[in-house]
Amino acid sequence: MELSINPILLVASLMVASTPILLAAIGEMVVEKAGVLNLGVEGMMIVGAICGFAIAVETGSPAVGFVAAALGGAILSMLFGFLTQYLLSNQVATGLALTLFGLGLSSLMGQGYVGIKPPSTPKLDIPILGDIPVLGPMIFSHDLMVYISLAIVAGVWAFLKYTRGGLILRAVGESHDAAHALGYNVILVRLAAIGFGGACAGLGGAYLSLVRVPQWTEGMTAGAGWIALAIVVFASWRAGRVLLGAYLFGGITVLQLNLQAAGVAIPVELLSMSPYLITILVLVIISSDRNRAALNAPASLGRSFHASS
Amino acid sequence: MKKRTFLLTGVAAAALASGAFADGHAPVKVGFIYVGPIGDGGWTYEHNKGRLAVEEHFGDKVETVFQENVPEGADAERAMTQMALQGADLIFTTSFGYMDPTIAVAAKFPDVKFEHATGYKRADNVSTYSARFYEGRAIQGHIAGNMTKTNKIGYIASFPIPEVIRGINSAYLHAKKVNPDVEFSIVWAYTWFDPAKEADAAKALIENGADVILQHTDSTAPQAAAADAGNVVTFGQASDMGEYAPFPRVSSIIDDWAPYYIQRVQAVMDGTWESVDTWDGIGPGMVGIGEITDAVPADVKAEAEAMRDAIGAGEYHPFTGPINKQDGSVWLAAGETASDGDLAGMSFYIEGLTGEIPN
Repeated sequence: MELSINPILLVASLMVASTPILLAAIGEMVVEKAGVLNLGVEGMMIVGAICGFAIAVETGSPAVGFVAAALGGAILSMLFGFLTQYLLSNQVATGLALTLFGLGLSSLMGQGYVGIKPPSTPKLDIPILGDIPVLGPMIFSHDLMVYISLAIVAGVWAFLKYTRGGLILRAVGESHDAAHALGYNVILVRLAAIGFGGACAGLGGAYLSLVRVPQWTEGMTAGAGWIALAIVVFASWRAGRVLLGAYLFGGITVLQLNLQAAGVAIPVELLSMSPYLITILVLVIISSDRNRAALNAPASLGRSFHASS
Repeated sequence: MKKRTFLLTGVAAAALASGAFADGHAPVKVGFIYVGPIGDGGWTYEHNKGRLAVEEHFGDKVETVFQENVPEGADAERAMTQMALQGADLIFTTSFGYMDPTIAVAAKFPDVKFEHATGYKRADNVSTYSARFYEGRAIQGHIAGNMTKTNKIGYIASFPIPEVIRGINSAYLHAKKVNPDVEFSIVWAYTWFDPAKEADAAKALIENGADVILQHTDSTAPQAAAADAGNVVTFGQASDMGEYAPFPRVSSIIDDWAPYYIQRVQAVMDGTWESVDTWDGIGPGMVGIGEITDAVPADVKAEAEAMRDAIGAGEYHPFTGPINKQDGSVWLAAGETASDGDLAGMSFYIEGLTGEIPN
């Protein structure tokens, strides 16, 4: 059977399909680098999805919607931050609760928005670059959020690697006691990281409801937040690998659906599990040097900090 | 394990002793287990409408509880157990994948009645019920075959279970009848509800040339993807999905569970509940055909409505021979209609469909 898949369309939809997970994962990576494990990604994503959707519908502007989504995610994450950083609640339990809370809250907020069409997010028409034959429609003809998500990845990478702020954040994540002894405000740094993670998750959610699907449906993240969490771990807390993981996962998801639609004679069971299988395999192989991977895991991950202890 | 069993029996005994189970005065407690959120706009939305109808019909004589987003598998058992422990008298488990968990939990709670949707395993306290969705699929197939210009119809399937396969066969059979050149591309999404994945599947099908999309997943995401593409026809699945009418959604299959739910709750109140197997279609009203919009040519619409009425009146069976299986062997001879047993366990494509059914 002839392959009727158009590679240009495929790469284009790959980038769209990967962006929500990428945004959520890169945010969570920063949170974990600061030594906090926030399992509430799914909850923050879905709250971002409805905040962004609702505001975009009310104002008619997707851009305002995305800002609202980031704010919504960040505000929800501050609830987590307050509980875990000031009240020293257990991070795993609080994160799970945040997911449940976010799912409930979002369906409450979304009551009036079922079946509504959001304002469409314009695709950028980049001069010159967009006119390159093949590459133009493939890579340079997306909406702004796709590029913002890539810029965030690059920014996070540079921030963690080259800046003093990044060093402080990593120090807090490695040994909060040492960072505290050096005079850094551990709680403040962590709150900032949690807020950033929440904002990114919110953006990812809004990308789902405003661009990728685009509509509001209860529970529409359907586990994307958990995939993002898994990608952070398998990417051994490195920005570049998070990007690779998210694009692999999104890409293979789209590819396998396309292969099925084109009627390629590969067993569907194999195709269907391929996104999970290949993403995990590739990331595990890249991170197979166990000593180095272990070094990458923030040493204080998931531990509560109190100045007296 | 032992400790847990002990605890369970302990709690159950306590519940019995305190008279939480139906004693004729306390309201009958009815539980619902949903696979998606009640706002999915499709399958779960309709089951929840049935629940609300029960509440409205019986007023304070019933109390209903429900749990959404219950994964199919081990977690479902936990949700059902919890509901039974909370004193539910009747529990509706509304997805195919709850079949074994329902049977397992029902064995532990012989006094609680269970009703499992779309399955085939029954017990003394487990009934099954389903709708003949394939009747609606026949009408969709007829419209789809007439409306496709590319002769390519995309089908977003969920899991390879008989119910889904029946739908594919029925739609294909009737599309092929009116359009011999029609081809089906089938994508197995392996989910009932994941709007992003459903949207991706719809886009993949559209990019591969399909201009009609049939879906057997629960959300309205494929409708949104089709609306975005502009010239793609869709059908509402499980619910009317009227937000997308008159185009891309040109008609729909609507599941109406309310009469059945009311009847079964009444049976529990009267003490006449028995384990039964119910499979109703267009005739009794369990399957409804949503309004066929004007985007469909008038003659096609009239034919579709005639088919609907003929099926409803029992004059026409969507699976009437001659029909061959995919491998060319004879399934139904000319004039022969499919038996319910054959349909219930259907695990083969009919002749003309390409690809294989995953196991």
